[in-house]
Amino acid sequence: MLAVDLRNLTKRFGPVTAVNDLTLQIDSGEIVAFLGPNGAGKTTTIDMLLGLARPDAGTVSVYGHSPADAIARGEVSAVMQNSGLLKDFTVAETVEYTASLYSHARPVNEVLDRAGIGAIADRRVAKCSGGEQQRLRFAMALLSDPRLLVLDEPTTGMDVEGRRDFWSAIREDSKRGRTVMFATHYLDEADAYADRIVLIRQGSVVADGTTAEIKNLASGRVVRATLPDADEGSLRALGGVTSVELRGDTVLVQCTDSDIVARHLLTRTTARDLEISSKNLEAAFVALTGDAADNGASR
Amino acid sequence: MSATVQQSPAHAPPHERQVPPFGGFNLTALKLEVRRVLRNRRTVMFILVFPSLFFLMFSASVRGKGAESARILASIMISMAVYGAMVGTTSGGAAVAVERSLGWSRQLRLTPLRPAAYVAMKVLTAMTLGFIAVTVEFMFGAAMGVRLAPHVWLLSGLASWLCSFVFAAFGLFMGFLLPSENVMQVAGPVLAILSMFGGLFIPLSALSPTMRRVATFSPVYGVGQLARAPLIGGATAGAVLSVVVWTLVFGAAAMALFRRDTARV
Repeated sequence: MLAVDLRNLTKRFGPVTAVNDLTLQIDSGEIVAFLGPNGAGKTTTIDMLLGLARPDAGTVSVYGHSPADAIARGEVSAVMQNSGLLKDFTVAETVEYTASLYSHARPVNEVLDRAGIGAIADRRVAKCSGGEQQRLRFAMALLSDPRLLVLDEPTTGMDVEGRRDFWSAIREDSKRGRTVMFATHYLDEADAYADRIVLIRQGSVVADGTTAEIKNLASGRVVRATLPDADEGSLRALGGVTSVELRGDTVLVQCTDSDIVARHLLTRTTARDLEISSKNLEAAFVALTGDAADNGASR
Repeated sequence: MSATVQQSPAHAPPHERQVPPFGGFNLTALKLEVRRVLRNRRTVMFILVFPSLFFLMFSASVRGKGAESARILASIMISMAVYGAMVGTTSGGAAVAVERSLGWSRQLRLTPLRPAAYVAMKVLTAMTLGFIAVTVEFMFGAAMGVRLAPHVWLLSGLASWLCSFVFAAFGLFMGFLLPSENVMQVAGPVLAILSMFGGLFIPLSALSPTMRRVATFSPVYGVGQLARAPLIGGATAGAVLSVVVWTLVFGAAAMALFRRDTARV
């Protein structure tokens, strides 16, 4: 069953097209990073997914429901970067208040523990650090035991320790089969926590695949091996090879499918010391979202 | 681990995924909300301490032990209870502005709470604050020597409290009009001026005929008249009309702004 089904979403703010004909499907159980530079349309897309903004065109469906219905039923919940908390409530009271709004909610203590803030339940929200407040929002999001959890740049403004604690809570929770979609502009977060990365730029999806596929898209991989007297022609003939370079006894093959090249080298030749390297996600990100990929079509 | 897997979200039984009744409105939230508001020192100062201090100030000039003095004292107490209830209900309604400026409304949009249920909870919180303000002021008055017949305590108290509904509507209106954290810094002085010209701080009998005519147009006028009526009379059709008309005016204005607000999404 599709957790998220966004079809041809468009949202304009005056002359600015924030989201441009965006289509995205997420299966139940996937952990998807929604990655893009600031202003790429991540938050606007999430706002439409949650019913906080109305699309100018296109449709949104969350587990087969409209956003408002999905929220009312507790199918989806979210941790947003700009949602506020009331300073005069304690941590536990904030969760208790939110729990009372659902027809069914998990026990307050359970979600506090799962978010890692059971020890500060009686602390006033005003006295909590940014990271603790964010884990409080996470605890609130867990109340309805949602099938889909949406996180909008959840660690913005947190220190290193706060980020680590936050993600370990999320990671622990996601073992239970929850669908998670998180927006981020931190590449390492996308790389470390997502099964799938959706790259967005100027309101459209520019790349969509596993972390490995995304890295491949921009740079491909380099297979390097020691192979005296390599046959350059037969290497070039392999599928997905973009260039072959011979440096003395070393051969360097640039390719989009390193498996084919590696298998060939190891089974059909006397190659040894084989190495496969890929450029990191950062390079892919810059290549796909930076000005290099800008055809001047929009902006 | 198998136990946790069984309660995984994908396996949650469909009957647990229901839309809550009354759009999420509930008494637990209301109780937590009132407790939270009373934790705020500034709110407590304005709705409980100041009216009592004003009572002491205004009653300082009342001399003698006669029936007339006792009536004046009681009248001042009732006026101050009305003032406390006004400030309480206004700040309760105006909380919509504070909560929006803090982003709490956005957080609530991620829950099943419907906008109308949210406003209903704000109104009930406001009325609870009004009730507490009247009760505390009456207890303070009793401690300071005000003596009234039981039915006067009861009727005056009820009138002070129920009529302050006008200001719950006024607070909501201000809250939707001025979505800022400092809305009470505007609404507070407005209430003081309305009270001044509406016969709460200065008895109507002490005003010039022109000012007395002006006073009848203040939203405070009818509330004050009806609250003091069990003691000194004055429950005129004009007083009732004042409460009804101002409730409708503020209520309709708040409703219009609320509609504009929720339509924007």
